[in-house]
Amino acid sequence: MTRTRAGLVLFALALAAYAFVAAGARAGLLVLVGLGFGLVLEGLRFGFAGPWRTIVTDRDGRGLIAQFLAIGLTAAAAFPLLAAAPDELFGAHAPVGLAMIAGAFVFGATMQLVMGCGSGTLVNAGSGNLVGLVALAGFIGGSFLGTLHLNWWTGLGALPVITFQGLWGAHAGLWITLALLAALGALVALRAAPGKRMPPRRLWIAAALLAALALANLVIAGQPWGIVYGLGLWGAKLAETGGADLAATAFWSAPGNAERLGASILTDVTSLTNIGLLAGAFIAMRWKADPGAQTTNLTAASWLAVLAAALVMGYSARLAFGCNVGAFFSGISTGSLHGWVWMVAAFGGSWMGIRLRPILLRPAAPAAERVPA
Amino acid sequence: MSAPYPARPSRPVVAFLALALLAAILLLDALRAPPVDLFAAPPPVALGSGVAPGGAHCSGG
Repeated sequence: MTRTRAGLVLFALALAAYAFVAAGARAGLLVLVGLGFGLVLEGLRFGFAGPWRTIVTDRDGRGLIAQFLAIGLTAAAAFPLLAAAPDELFGAHAPVGLAMIAGAFVFGATMQLVMGCGSGTLVNAGSGNLVGLVALAGFIGGSFLGTLHLNWWTGLGALPVITFQGLWGAHAGLWITLALLAALGALVALRAAPGKRMPPRRLWIAAALLAALALANLVIAGQPWGIVYGLGLWGAKLAETGGADLAATAFWSAPGNAERLGASILTDVTSLTNIGLLAGAFIAMRWKADPGAQTTNLTAASWLAVLAAALVMGYSARLAFGCNVGAFFSGISTGSLHGWVWMVAAFGGSWMGIRLRPILLRPAAPAAERVPA
Repeated sequence: MSAPYPARPSRPVVAFLALALLAAILLLDALRAPPVDLFAAPPPVALGSGVAPGGAHCSGG
């Protein structure tokens, strides 16, 4: 076990060193931040999709309250940072629109079908969950396909970008954000069953560590933690390798995106943290003496449903201007109205996805085994 | 009634497959994309650098 763990530490250091040597100090630092995300999410079992389900099915609000805590801690430092360095740091600010709302709703539904959200899919795949690996392939494809039609969808109608800082200023905007998060936490606590309100110690620690890592991401990269952009870029690069010409597409011909497409993946900040996150989840899984059982096997039709749901999840995340990380976590913690609207729409979709799960996901295993959390 | 129950790969095996997928993407990219010019690489930390971020984020259009 000691040799395995020593090897895992070497693997983490080698990965960061590779990024450092190949793409510079910022790349190496962002891989380390990503490794931290993976270690915290898998090692301390902090999730996003799971708590959105358990508050509905089990009246268990502990995970959801921990999410609000992590977002609030991040916001408490992100708002002043963004105000102090507006030319160096950008928030996850996006417009609220019809396609954005529909995309968030569909994302919420599909994340319950693939048993993981944006970060959850990377964590699940990295920690050896077979559903997660299938979902990752679909998510990459879907988030790329979403880029091809994004302009059409946003053309259906969208408001200008609205931020809490723009509405009320950085100081009041932060307090309103914290007050809304506290009110939501209280609402969840009221809804939760006795004994399922107060997060356990590990979730308090995870929330604090996630906030610290998200702030490190903001300070190093100049922009908040995200997932979907990197996966869409990987899909675009695979499509180009297959012969696709993306130069004529609106999204990939935009200056910033064209630059990313033509450059190494190691220059894309979201890809760097995604790489670290997947590797961090792998390390956390292998660190344990028992890596745990594989997820329940599914029927062939259910595996196809997982792949299709992941494809749709990636596509809808692109339309929604982010997933649970880029829109919900980073949007709210940096003052974007779209983060709040995303949360409401995605929660409605999640409720529907919970009801679709037993219909679309059928275990091939004996009845004694259950579909995993 | 449940379908037959084929063998499933263990978690470590699936995790290695995920890492292999990641390595394949990085390798394909390394073969196609130009090497990074380290002299033009951004400062290690954006805050205090005076340089605006690239803007490639999920919230961008």
